[in-house]
Amino acid sequence: MSDAPILLEMRSITKEFPGVKALSDVNLVVRAGEIHAICGENGAGKSTLMKVLSGVYPYGTYDGDIVYQGAQTRFSDIRASERAGIVIIHQELALIPELSITENIFLGNEPRRRGAIDWKSAQRQARELLARVGLRENPDTLIKDIGVGKQQLVEIAKAFAKDVKLLILDEPTAALNEADSRHLLDLLRGFRERGITSIMISHKLNEIESIADQITILRDGRTVETLDVKADGVDEDRIVRGMVGRELSSRFPDHTPKIGEVFFEVRDWNVRHPISAERQVCKNSSFVVRRGEIVGFAGLMGAGRTELAMSVFGRSYGVWESGTIIKDGKEIVLKSVADAIAHGLAYVSEDRKAIGLNLLDDIKTSTVAAKLSKITKRGVLDEVAEYQAAEAYRKELRTKAPTVDEGVSKLSGGNQQKVVLAKWMFTDPDLLILDEPTRGIDVGAKYEIYGIIQRLADQGKGVIVISSELPELIGLCDRIYTVFEGQITGDIPRQDADPETLMKQMTSTKKMQTR
Amino acid sequence: MSRFKDLQKNLFGGTTSNARQFGMIFTLVAIVLLFQFLTDGLTLRSDNLIALFQQNSYILILAIGMLMVIVAGHIDLSVGSVAAFAGILVAKSMAEWDLPWPVAILFGLLIGAAIGAWQGFWVAYIGVPAFIVTLAGMLLFRGGNQFIGNANTIPVPEGFRVIGSGFLPEVGPNTGYNNLTLLLGLAACVAVIWRELQSRRTRHEMDADAGPLWVSILRLAVMVGVIAFAALRFASGRVGTSFPVSGIILVALVLLYSFYTRNTAGGRHIYAVGGNSRAAELSGVKLRRVNFFVMMNMSVLAALAGMIFVARSAASGPQDGNGWELDAIAAVFIGGAAVSGGIGTISGSIVGGLVMAVLNNGLQLQGVGTDRVQIIKGLVLLLAVALDVYNKSQGRFSIIGSLMRPFRREASAAPATSEAEREPATTTVSG
Repeated sequence: MSDAPILLEMRSITKEFPGVKALSDVNLVVRAGEIHAICGENGAGKSTLMKVLSGVYPYGTYDGDIVYQGAQTRFSDIRASERAGIVIIHQELALIPELSITENIFLGNEPRRRGAIDWKSAQRQARELLARVGLRENPDTLIKDIGVGKQQLVEIAKAFAKDVKLLILDEPTAALNEADSRHLLDLLRGFRERGITSIMISHKLNEIESIADQITILRDGRTVETLDVKADGVDEDRIVRGMVGRELSSRFPDHTPKIGEVFFEVRDWNVRHPISAERQVCKNSSFVVRRGEIVGFAGLMGAGRTELAMSVFGRSYGVWESGTIIKDGKEIVLKSVADAIAHGLAYVSEDRKAIGLNLLDDIKTSTVAAKLSKITKRGVLDEVAEYQAAEAYRKELRTKAPTVDEGVSKLSGGNQQKVVLAKWMFTDPDLLILDEPTRGIDVGAKYEIYGIIQRLADQGKGVIVISSELPELIGLCDRIYTVFEGQITGDIPRQDADPETLMKQMTSTKKMQTR
Repeated sequence: MSRFKDLQKNLFGGTTSNARQFGMIFTLVAIVLLFQFLTDGLTLRSDNLIALFQQNSYILILAIGMLMVIVAGHIDLSVGSVAAFAGILVAKSMAEWDLPWPVAILFGLLIGAAIGAWQGFWVAYIGVPAFIVTLAGMLLFRGGNQFIGNANTIPVPEGFRVIGSGFLPEVGPNTGYNNLTLLLGLAACVAVIWRELQSRRTRHEMDADAGPLWVSILRLAVMVGVIAFAALRFASGRVGTSFPVSGIILVALVLLYSFYTRNTAGGRHIYAVGGNSRAAELSGVKLRRVNFFVMMNMSVLAALAGMIFVARSAASGPQDGNGWELDAIAAVFIGGAAVSGGIGTISGSIVGGLVMAVLNNGLQLQGVGTDRVQIIKGLVLLLAVALDVYNKSQGRFSIIGSLMRPFRREASAAPATSEAEREPATTTVSG
């Protein structure tokens, strides 16, 4: 690989924002036809570097040189970089749900004939492009009707419509399940064989290890090193060492659970889909949580884990049909989120930007948002109490921000997640439901979040963790329920939990009791 | 140079929240001074100031409610019609059913509440967009006004007119000024000083930088100066005139609603709903209740504005309140509120409304016709917001944002710029 010509060279790139040096003296060399991974913790500068490359930050707003195909580039905007064949696919997909696959692929790039859009040609090309990315779907299908895995493929097809030479993927598999991820990675390998160069940002180190040729590691806005996967014999631990600057002895903090009595129980929970009433999203689900216990919910995407959790959390999802909740021996009825909070439940949503936080808020406002009554004295909000509470959590959770006046939209994913956790810890919950608590969060921050979860359990709270990453569930949880098509199909204690057992339960309705 | 930067930082878009409020007042003063110069001193004459307040108090009262509606992510187009509808019913209640005027005012507020409940029901519980509900309301209640009043004007009794054209009475020794107005000004000065001290203490308690002391003092000096000047002007008008009653109602409402939006859970819920309604809902905010409340509150304030207008013009007519919704909405947006909701303040909206009012008044004093006044007002609205949007998208210091904005929403200016940095990445890629 190393003798292939250099396609792209970024030389001592420095990018400053008011008060922050996001990148300082970063170098990146990408050779034609390779898959080049960029690793680093959140806030290390990966996305900023890619925005410099793709012209989101135009020429002149950064220092340093970008040499692409042997020439200096001066991209004024993202269109300029796309014309040069550099296409970036963001983690948050930029597709329009109400338009068809074809319309999305050619959005802003429509084939024209005498001024009008040539839909026939567009259709034909869309078919070809879909075949190239291995997506068998009618190009007239609306984006909202296909899963997120297929949407990702549409994004890539869209990139090909622009005659891509350098494909940049930002966390391409973050939202995908295992099968879709595997398909995507195979696709990238196929592209490599056809000479397309890819840059991939990912937190999933096992994927990087298996697919990348070169890995450039960033830390705190600087290049740490560039590794050749084959020559240097790189493995996950080696990457982690580069990212955090130290060896992480374990992905999970040591923890001895102190499990008490059952205090929370859901019995025969039935919920229907909010729009299509014939769909039952929770079928006779029953589960228990003990004090001090971390309980996992494993399942494939769409299995109904989030739906179950949200419907328990004050019926915030779907149409409740039947079922009871028993807490501390008494039946409780939670008709609204406010009821749920009052009864000591907390739900940390999987999508913190869309439904977890108000991005206009600052850290302190967010921290107290779910329990304003705690800082209200005689009907008036106590700003000092608010500040002190937020500051205490900022210190306790080690949220990286200059002050709690900082807007949450400015924080990295891991720090935003800490703010969300603080927001729910502030409500003094007995049961915390954490939905994908480490999605899109880097290794170091994950470790910290696991520590926080364990501390919460040790305080005698019950914790439910919903996660799509099986190693995470196995490493963190004392007991794991498997969910398949709205049903709880297994109840597996930690010592029996391994990926094969879980996967089997996650993909079949046959109930297996391991106890 | 560094001292100048210090001043700029603290007056405009600095980290200390009160700096921004000072900046807002500063802008308004600049506009007033401009017209004072252009009209050869007419603008700041007592009688003109009094007229300015009387003519605009009802629009500013609407702006208070509109701010809350817009922050929650809605809009209300019906306020002018609701005002006219409440106005005609109140006038009729006094003329034909002989209701005493205090009871009639209460009756008017109840009508507002009932209309608000009607509109709030559709918006909050059925989920019809407020734009549609209030567009319907605009037609409904305009028609209602003309149906009930037979498209005639109905005069209102003397007592009732106090809320629209009354003044603070003359009491105490003859000082050559209206004593109550002076007292009011004094109270305002004390309140402003107390507030500044309070906020410095709060910042200290939070271990936060309260900003240099001299900025606080300068700010206080200017504010006290402005208040004292205004008090003297209002107090020294033609005998029998002073600070208008409608102005007092306005000030009371501004204080009340500023406090509500900034310092109570209910107020914060409005911002939460406007900022991210789903996140608010999942934090235990009762979405429907908040939406119902802002719509209902708006109509109550519209009814009040309608009554004040009727009281000032001594009769209720079929064209009352025409176009008020646009003035109120313009005030809110000039005052720095975001079209998408979640951002804005009462004080900002009031200053936005005053900017429009002074502009209107100043141009009229110069003999500019209403045709051209409208053109100029339209352009000012567009340019004010466009400049703000442009500055934000350039990631530069946002003038209106920092001048007009909060106070409570301190954080908003900062994330706005960072959003601008992030946004292109996710949006332009689709193009």
